[in-house]
Amino acid sequence: MSEERKEFWRWPEYRWVNPDIDWTKGKVITAGVDVGSVSSKAAILVDGELYAYDYMRTGASSKDSAIKAMTWLLEAIEPKMKLEDIHYIVGTGYGRVNVPFAKRAITEIACHARGANFLWGPTVRTILDVGGQDVKAIRCDEKGKVISFLMNDKCAAGTGRGMEVFADLLGVPIQDIGHLSLQVKEEPPPVSNTCVVFARNEASALLRQGWPKEQVAAAYHLAMAMRMVELLERLGVEKDLVVTGGQSKNIGIVKRVARLLNIEPLPNPTKPGYDPVAAGAIGAALFAKALYEREKGVK
Amino acid sequence: MITAGIDLGARTVKAVIMDGTKILSKAITITGFEQKQSAEEALNNALKTAGISRKDIEYLVATGTGRKVCLEPPISANREVTEVIADAAGAVFVHPATRTVIDVGAEEGRAARVDEKGSVKDFVINERCAAGAGTFVEAMARALEVRVEDMGPLALKSTRSIPMNAQCTVFAESEVVTLIHEQTPKEDIAKAIVDSMAARIGSMVRRVGIEKDVVLIGGVAKNIGFVEALKRELATDIVVPPDPEFVGALGAALIAARKE
Repeated sequence: MSEERKEFWRWPEYRWVNPDIDWTKGKVITAGVDVGSVSSKAAILVDGELYAYDYMRTGASSKDSAIKAMTWLLEAIEPKMKLEDIHYIVGTGYGRVNVPFAKRAITEIACHARGANFLWGPTVRTILDVGGQDVKAIRCDEKGKVISFLMNDKCAAGTGRGMEVFADLLGVPIQDIGHLSLQVKEEPPPVSNTCVVFARNEASALLRQGWPKEQVAAAYHLAMAMRMVELLERLGVEKDLVVTGGQSKNIGIVKRVARLLNIEPLPNPTKPGYDPVAAGAIGAALFAKALYEREKGVK
Repeated sequence: MITAGIDLGARTVKAVIMDGTKILSKAITITGFEQKQSAEEALNNALKTAGISRKDIEYLVATGTGRKVCLEPPISANREVTEVIADAAGAVFVHPATRTVIDVGAEEGRAARVDEKGSVKDFVINERCAAGAGTFVEAMARALEVRVEDMGPLALKSTRSIPMNAQCTVFAESEVVTLIHEQTPKEDIAKAIVDSMAARIGSMVRRVGIEKDVVLIGGVAKNIGFVEALKRELATDIVVPPDPEFVGALGAALIAARKE
């Protein structure tokens, strides 16, 4: 007997190509591949303009995930683009050293800062990047250069994986859980356990006590936002603040972080393709452009 | 004098009834949603085995995460003690040479240095992270599709050392899945799991200091793979008493005899 189990935790995969650009007319084509612990992203720039990007789940192997993210993106491009058409590729993220076609590997911290500067502009000074298995607070200058950062990559509390565990527990699609968490009249006290495993047990007990799903979701979102704010405050927050990574799309997290910090993050860019989830890959592609031009002696 | 100790833990409730220093009976039940009911069930089972009733118990001491609940009826414990104090008393009773007692339960890990009277000199607790407790092995056994009681024997079959990068239970689950995908033999993964847990418990124990004899108690002490891993990690011999999960309740029953 088999039973199909819905994977509520899974973010949908997607890809986007800028229809207004003819890449064959471009002079410099660069790409960034961000192999995260949970998701892999590839982005392609044509003469420094965002041309295409995609988002996929990372598999068991970093190398295969990098190849898949790049291949799936290239498949969407017309007229056909080959890997050899790309002048320079930079790898970033957790699996950055395993991107087979990358000429260089650059840390995701540098790439996120660079990418955020591109997506929101030079006013960005603080970035909260919530990845699948880590959470980072990054301070940067007006050029998107990293000044300092703090990171938790040891514990699932406050990371995207923690939220996936809760989406699964509540049986709510991951992309809807943030909205759900805001459907409460009054904010409940936060889930008290830091550890995701214990927090999950605590939440199960709350559900058994008759708490509605939205209230449990609110309690976990609040706990998670508190952890993020703790990290941000340890680093020191300077405006403008932006959020990148998967949780940038979670309104329940963004709103609570804003309330706790008393600082409203810049809203996500509205320009097509300017996706905060791809900030790392875009940053890597921007580094690729700079490296290529330096190599070629182009000013 | 008949005394009793109840240890209401995160996963199981243990009850021990004693007459002086003689153990009359022991009982264990799963901790259910209704903690009071589970505690009552454990106590009643122990009373039944001993062939006595609740009023025959002169003094009852509760310990464990749920010990506060035991102060209320129907258990109506005379007092409560922390797990560390109960562990120390129990460990020195079952193994008088105990100077360091390590207790790894379902959701907590503790280590204490004790003197020959069973008094605590120093202690350290992890109650915040599942990676240093039995929950970690349970979660990994699920990922590996192996029964939790088979993890220890399985780990003993392996001679390889595969390092695990993840320190967090949630992340380690994904890592185990990756190892399975890479066709790593199950026994090698099981060993990697107990090794990584031993490393975590080991660093906690080192914070309190290691003095021989080292005694390991709590449910996880029944995992022989973990015991061997912890011996390697601490580079010392480790004593596991019989019924290691009952030592805390036993300690509580012994403390009850003092009627303090």
